[in-house]
Amino acid sequence: MIGVGKMKQYTNVLERPLSKGKQEVSLSGFAFLFSELVQYNQTQVDNITELERRLEDAGYAVGARILELLCHREKGNRRETRLLGILSFVHSTVWKVLFGKVADSLEKGTEHEDEYMISEKELLVNRFISIPKDMGAFNCGAFVAGIVRGVLENAGFPAVVTAHFVPVEGQQRPRTTILIKFAEEVLRREARLG
Amino acid sequence: MAAIYSLYIINKSGGLIFYKDYGSAGRMDTNDSLRLASLWHSMHAISQQLSPVNGCAGIELLQADNFDLHCFQSLTGTKFFVVCEPGSPHMESLLKYIYELYTDYVLKNPFYEMEMPIRCELFDINLSQAVQKDRVALLGR
Repeated sequence: MIGVGKMKQYTNVLERPLSKGKQEVSLSGFAFLFSELVQYNQTQVDNITELERRLEDAGYAVGARILELLCHREKGNRRETRLLGILSFVHSTVWKVLFGKVADSLEKGTEHEDEYMISEKELLVNRFISIPKDMGAFNCGAFVAGIVRGVLENAGFPAVVTAHFVPVEGQQRPRTTILIKFAEEVLRREARLG
Repeated sequence: MAAIYSLYIINKSGGLIFYKDYGSAGRMDTNDSLRLASLWHSMHAISQQLSPVNGCAGIELLQADNFDLHCFQSLTGTKFFVVCEPGSPHMESLLKYIYELYTDYVLKNPFYEMEMPIRCELFDINLSQAVQKDRVALLGR
């Protein structure tokens, strides 16, 4: 019976340990919700760039919250202050909590110093989504790009984050690459910190 | 050996929303496939009325001299049917699997409009894989 048996008495909600929360949600449930999110935003815009921006904004709010939560839950109220630290935090900790696995790869851009890429063979949000031909290079991963931007910006690493499809040789489906371009000030600060 | 001749998906008002043919036998042009789809829709509805037993859900299998037609109707009224070689086994489970693919890759796709023709890349990819797999299973016996 509920409430019978050993009961821990907490005087204050703040003294209770922060629970891990339920680790899994239904993939179908999420897919339908995300599908509705995209469809709703599609009715509100008249071009694809605008749709991408709206999805990114939706993700930004998630990113800001997830940073707050994970710093508290996993990092003992500390957050990363170095560039590589925060990138691997996004690549492993954030990805694991959101998608149940670490991201497939984290690479530094070859052409520019300030660019980093997180690649995923099959992004969870894109699992059931086929982009119609007339929408060109649109990628629903913009939502995930928004999450990454939310985490980075709120941790003090302002960046421009975009999602792109990259064709893979010998594969029918392209993979999704999240391209992170950090602001100048971030790199200057990194250089100063040595 | 081509076990499956063609696959149709029709929406609840009898419109053809997906058609694919496999192999050379029984190939049809667009008009014929549309006609067959709406004809089947009506026959299916009539069979429910004509059935001497209560609770009939419509024709599930039509057997002819040189083809079998297996039909599966989902709870929402979308019908899936395959035309195949006489006596091809496992068609019910294949249709159920195709229904599963439809719910995943068509209904969860934000760019698909309900009751409209299906144009989803992922659905096509997974469907051809499923049919291929089925053929391998048939060849293996």
